[in-house]
Amino acid sequence: MTTTDDPSLAPAKEVGRDRRRKEDERLITGRTRWTDNIVLPGMLHMAMVRSPFAHATITSIDTAAAKAAPNVVDVFTGREVADVQGVIANAWPLSEEQKTPDHLPMAVERVAFAGEIVAVVVARSAAEARDAAELVDVEYDELPPALDLKEAAADQVLAHPDLGTNISSVWTLDSAEGGTGGNVDEAIETARADGIVIEREYRQQRLIPAFMEPRSTVVDPTGEQYVVWSSTQIPHIARFLLAATTGTPESKIRYIAPDVGGGFGGKLQTTPEEWLTFLAAKRTRKPVKYTETRSESLMSGHHGRDQWQRLTLAATKEGRVTGLKVDLLADLGAYVGVVGGGVPVLGAWMFNAIYKFDSYRFTTTQVLTNKTWVDAYRGAGRPEATYAIERIMNELAAELGEDPLEVRARNWIQPEEFPFTTVAGMTYDSGNYPAATERAKEMFGYDELRAEQQRRRESGDPVQLGIGISTFTEMCGLAPSRVLGQLNYGAGGWEHAEIRMLPTGKVEVITGTSPHGQGHETAWSQIVADRLGVPFEDIEVLHGDTQTSVRGLDTYGSRSLVVGGEALVQAADKVVERAKPIAAHMLEAAPDDIEFSGGRLQVRGTDKGVTIQEVATAAWAAHDLPEGVEPNLDATATYDPVNFSFPHGTHLCAMEVDTETGQVTMRKYVAVDDIGNIVNPLIVEGQVHGGLVQGIAQALWEEAVHDDSGTLVSGSFVDYLLPTAADTISFETDHTTSPATSNTLGTKGVGEAGTIASTPAVVNAVVDAVRHLGVTDIQMPCTPERVWRAINSSGPGGETPGAAAPHFDESTGMSGTVDRTTGGAE
Amino acid sequence: MIPAAFEYVAPASVEEALAALAEHGDEAKIIAGGQSLLPVLRMRLNAPEWVIDLGRIESLRGVRDAGDHLAVGAMTTHHDVGKDALVHEHALLVSKAISHLADAQVRHRGTFGGALAHADPAGDLGAPVLALDATMVVQGPGGTREVAAADFFVDLFETAISDDEILVEVRVPKHTGWGASYEKFVRIAHQWPIVAVAAAVRMDGDRIAEARVGLTNMGSTPLRATAVEEALVGQPATTDAVRQAATHAADGANPPTDLNGSAEYRNHLATVLTARAVLAAAGRDAT
Repeated sequence: MTTTDDPSLAPAKEVGRDRRRKEDERLITGRTRWTDNIVLPGMLHMAMVRSPFAHATITSIDTAAAKAAPNVVDVFTGREVADVQGVIANAWPLSEEQKTPDHLPMAVERVAFAGEIVAVVVARSAAEARDAAELVDVEYDELPPALDLKEAAADQVLAHPDLGTNISSVWTLDSAEGGTGGNVDEAIETARADGIVIEREYRQQRLIPAFMEPRSTVVDPTGEQYVVWSSTQIPHIARFLLAATTGTPESKIRYIAPDVGGGFGGKLQTTPEEWLTFLAAKRTRKPVKYTETRSESLMSGHHGRDQWQRLTLAATKEGRVTGLKVDLLADLGAYVGVVGGGVPVLGAWMFNAIYKFDSYRFTTTQVLTNKTWVDAYRGAGRPEATYAIERIMNELAAELGEDPLEVRARNWIQPEEFPFTTVAGMTYDSGNYPAATERAKEMFGYDELRAEQQRRRESGDPVQLGIGISTFTEMCGLAPSRVLGQLNYGAGGWEHAEIRMLPTGKVEVITGTSPHGQGHETAWSQIVADRLGVPFEDIEVLHGDTQTSVRGLDTYGSRSLVVGGEALVQAADKVVERAKPIAAHMLEAAPDDIEFSGGRLQVRGTDKGVTIQEVATAAWAAHDLPEGVEPNLDATATYDPVNFSFPHGTHLCAMEVDTETGQVTMRKYVAVDDIGNIVNPLIVEGQVHGGLVQGIAQALWEEAVHDDSGTLVSGSFVDYLLPTAADTISFETDHTTSPATSNTLGTKGVGEAGTIASTPAVVNAVVDAVRHLGVTDIQMPCTPERVWRAINSSGPGGETPGAAAPHFDESTGMSGTVDRTTGGAE
Repeated sequence: MIPAAFEYVAPASVEEALAALAEHGDEAKIIAGGQSLLPVLRMRLNAPEWVIDLGRIESLRGVRDAGDHLAVGAMTTHHDVGKDALVHEHALLVSKAISHLADAQVRHRGTFGGALAHADPAGDLGAPVLALDATMVVQGPGGTREVAAADFFVDLFETAISDDEILVEVRVPKHTGWGASYEKFVRIAHQWPIVAVAAAVRMDGDRIAEARVGLTNMGSTPLRATAVEEALVGQPATTDAVRQAATHAADGANPPTDLNGSAEYRNHLATVLTARAVLAAAGRDAT
């Protein structure tokens, strides 16, 4: 800022303001265009017939009764559409040899998980479609299902017999081979002889991304282009893949993600349901809608996590880590999803976290089973890595008999060491781990709580106190296209923005990101308001429709702000550059004498100036423009990031454990995140709080449970335990700020931070509360029974019983027809 | 989540409802508050041809002082029973249990009689009603009859109500001056109890004069922990004495194993929660 600037005249900075989200009124009241709210003339409705069996050959399907049912327009099976239904693609094959079972939208000969679609009914109303779906008679020959991950990895039963194995791929990152560190086996040998070796195995249970709005698709085939509305995170990628896999030209498809009610990665997928709705519209030449039920969503929307993690950590006797070896078994489920094996691979660079390890080797083995396929879920690979490393760092501290924060600090990358290239080969641009930790300790009252813990231990209090630590980092801003290319990912990682200066001076911002609850309309408006010096209220953010947002790579992996935000900045800067010659002409000055500040283009050294909005009007009128200048200020920018961004933070959690019952109760939670510069603190607060609850839920409550025939028994919210506000406490949050150096705004991304950090903080706290009773591990979710058994020396966990409580099943004494259309095995 | 089509009738009197039930018999389901039936219909676990709605029968609503007992109309919502001053004074255990029942939305729609007639052993009302020796009044074509709570719960989701009968009233004997506690053990707030214990205690000085203990989700029906009740009589309300008595809590229970806990764990929980419930009912700090 120059001394001649009068701050009182400058517009207030929008970036950094806690603006209320401009989109919330319509989202919260539900008065918006959710896909299921869309009604078109003559629209038909679809219902799916799904397999109740995890693995079976389809021997026959009789659709005659369904076809004869009232107002049924079309019924079709996989066999009838085998050549025209397209395929569901995997965009990230991990190797040339990857075993990728054909993933058809609808099974033709064999079903590979319970919930797979075997027939489709199209009728004039949703109720009639559902009624008729029950009349479809499917005969199956059951096959043995591959269900248990470890057994499947041993090829005891094959999920896809034709593939000959359940191992889809094996992927390795080795610091010795990559030249980024030493040989991990040597480090372990050395530590065995004269140091500390810690070996642990952790379980990442299977989770379900339970977004609020179930998935829904409407396809209108009545115009020249097919118009697809879908509750998706990825309209641009879906359009590309729909064209690529069905043969319909991309130019004939308009994909629209209208307002979308949550995703958490669960809508980072192209789904059989979307493809089949498209096919039904093509066949009937009528608009067709499909909206899933919650039961269908839980059963057939992709699941998350589901890994076994084996770790070997080598350290000196002083507790400096010399090597980490990671061996993962990752359950892909029945098919390889759009990211598929890429999810565990995304963890490869994160097991070393914020630490300086000498050597590192990461291997992940992707295994096919007869369960719902697994793909990205909030954090995708990074929560798994963070969980494992933050758990085992606590084990190292326990072995040393030291405070786990001190052991961590001994191994940290120090603030003055940035940029720092890690043992996994990533270059972290910025960070300050001691600063975040000091702030967290202060807010937490760390020393006082440790003293209370000691008192409770000494008095044998039935309620013990544990303190959990998670000093996490993550890689955000997916992704430099060059890196994705090296990893054989099927697309780039750039992002696109367009700014349109309207004649009235209003501004349309078009983004290639696809918000589904994040608040992009507000945050993007703040960024552009500052950059162009126009009022926040004058900015409209458009997204999700491939006809307006012509280029984009959508929203996932905490990429929207760090990648899409930079595209916005670059587009805005181009608008200013385009405005300068016109402003100079208007002001009768030389273009080089025009300087831009606070929305005004001004002649240097004078008070003569025009606003950029006035220039927009002049450009539109075009009555008097300089020679050769187009009457248009609009600009686009496509930004390809040069690096990832690396948010980090220190999370501290206090848990009380009732040793008589195993019940766990959260006492205190402090999160100090360094996410770089903050655009909107209110939105950040929401992201952190929501993320924390989602990560805590993995630690304590959520688990997809199957019975021994492969039926999902946690198939409704009665048994799949989602927390509500009643189950959480008030979190205490703060931030330290080390701006990212890789983008103009200095932002790092916050969409996944809370989820990634909180799970190990909670489990570490639970284990810490009862470690003095001989407990070193409790499997997630830390149910009261698991905690109680761990205290009573029965080990860390074991399988959750595959039996649902009978509140809503055939035993309710309300015996009637069991709905085969929702996969309820009878 | 679209139910199969059904015919709907909402009679204005119990007599009309019984006539509809007689006419449609096996093809009909009664809907009270609908908090259990509607999910079952929407998930198509059942497809009755007729749904008979008791919601318009005003005579089935309300709590009445009937001398030695309270008469609770079967269609009184949980919310209305829970906030009722008579219930609080004379059947505190019921108030306590309702304060833990599901969530506010369910408490405003769900009904006292509907929940009991549904007979989910994990429901929060069975154990308190059983513990307080309530009497169920059912009405059929031949008039009304009374069924003791102990005889009412027959099996999982099965009661002594015949196919042609409707539960119309629950008579809860007054337990004026009794302390009460409902210890509900859950992982998240809105789930059914993994185990819950309903305890009512009448004190005589420092000693327990009488105790009533009911168990939720410890078998196919709500259970009465009679061995505990007997062991508590005359005992001081101390932690040691009550815990000793509570060791019998799971005697004769047959709890389920499901994804929230094994039978063995539930047996253990029953003893811990019984001690806590009794101590709280006796006005003692459970720890």
